[in-house]
Amino acid sequence: MAKAETIEKIYELIEPLNKKGIELGPDVTFASDLELDSLTVMDLVAEIEDEFDIVLPLNLLPDLETIVHVADAVDKIVDEG
Amino acid sequence: MDLLDKFDAVANLKASLPFKEADPFTVVMEEIISETEAVINGRRTILAGTNNYMGMTFHDEAVQAAKQALDDFGTGTTGSRSLNGTYASHKKLEETIADFYGMKHCMVFSTGYQANLGMISALGGKDDYIIIDADSHASIYDGCSMSNATIVRFKHNDVDNMERRLRRLPEDAGKLVVIEGIYSMLGDAAPVKELLEVAKKYGCMTLVDEAHSMGFCGENGRGVAEELGVEHLVDFYVGTFSKSVGTVGGFAVSNHPKFDVLRFVSRPYIFTASPPPSVVASATKAIEAIKHGGNRRAHLWENARRLHAGLKKAGFNLCTDKAESPIIAVHLPDAMISTKFWEQLIMEGVYVNMAAPPATPAGMFLMRVSVCAQHSTEQIDEIIKRFRTTAEKVGLELKPE
Repeated sequence: MAKAETIEKIYELIEPLNKKGIELGPDVTFASDLELDSLTVMDLVAEIEDEFDIVLPLNLLPDLETIVHVADAVDKIVDEG
Repeated sequence: MDLLDKFDAVANLKASLPFKEADPFTVVMEEIISETEAVINGRRTILAGTNNYMGMTFHDEAVQAAKQALDDFGTGTTGSRSLNGTYASHKKLEETIADFYGMKHCMVFSTGYQANLGMISALGGKDDYIIIDADSHASIYDGCSMSNATIVRFKHNDVDNMERRLRRLPEDAGKLVVIEGIYSMLGDAAPVKELLEVAKKYGCMTLVDEAHSMGFCGENGRGVAEELGVEHLVDFYVGTFSKSVGTVGGFAVSNHPKFDVLRFVSRPYIFTASPPPSVVASATKAIEAIKHGGNRRAHLWENARRLHAGLKKAGFNLCTDKAESPIIAVHLPDAMISTKFWEQLIMEGVYVNMAAPPATPAGMFLMRVSVCAQHSTEQIDEIIKRFRTTAEKVGLELKPE
């Protein structure tokens, strides 16, 4: 399970895109819950990359459906340094 | 389970657009009168969205050469470049393009899409990285998908954003930076010099797609990298015959001594039939003509600047501050007004591209105009006039300066 602070940080980055005011939780999905299109998700990923100073390759995107998926991926990449 | 159900959202979106008289996605060109005019729905229409930048589709020598090739070599090669599909004319075309770019090697592909697919998928191996602009053409994204590399995307035309990403990648890994000279939707030019300099600083190889800049950017029409004097930083150029060259096909050129090995590993090059002899013959003539096409180039830029200035003066919201290419994109507020505008404009006798997400960045709806070297000044003025009439009829508010 991802670190709480990683998830919090991701909530912050999502908030401006959360036009419908969905309550954010680890299992909230980008496509069906937040209704973000794939381009918006890619832009969000870019912000997450810069926030954590990591590379989150596009190849991972199909597997990152929920907030916790992204947070787990971020933690894993950060840990691997 | 119906496999087509997953496209219901797309079908519904398409159905929600209130087209009545015409539909931009089902246009049929009934008759082609010239490079700049066609009959659509029985109406004589100015073509202002065909990417036929240099107006080569009716170039006399190109047409004659194609007819001769049909007589001499038949309608098609019926085979791969790697088997029976390489004729002397394919080799001649590759030499012509290599000469045009002042480079040693060239590979001709059957389409421009396949040129990107073939180059990017072959270059990006399992442990390599491909670094692409966020607004890259679908052929670049698809080339990435087909490769085994790790794909890193940077913010459109943002040099710092790219550098931040390059800094995070392993120093000794294989890295390919892919950019375009001109981006096809908004018609904006890339800061090619800065991007390539940074790419080289981090030890990357570089691929520049000049599909929408070949023919009219740079002294010899090689594209934006030539115009900015940074061709020495380009490892691979990719280009197409379907725009300035006026036919169909694609190519890659390079000085790399091992370049020819790609003919044995690039699947989109191998597993398809080579371009037919008539296409090859017209492409060869058209590229020779473009090389000496200074007058067409000059008139094309005059047209682009005149159209940009005219639409700007009329108060349209343009995507670039000045004409950076022959693509002039007009930004409209939403899908509804965009739909009505396109429909009215075609009724007024002007064809442009209606561009919508996801082909456009940032959810934009555009009337994408591309001008041709063969448009007369009068036609350009007519396009501007009909844009104004259309705005009035559909109630689009203009903000003249």
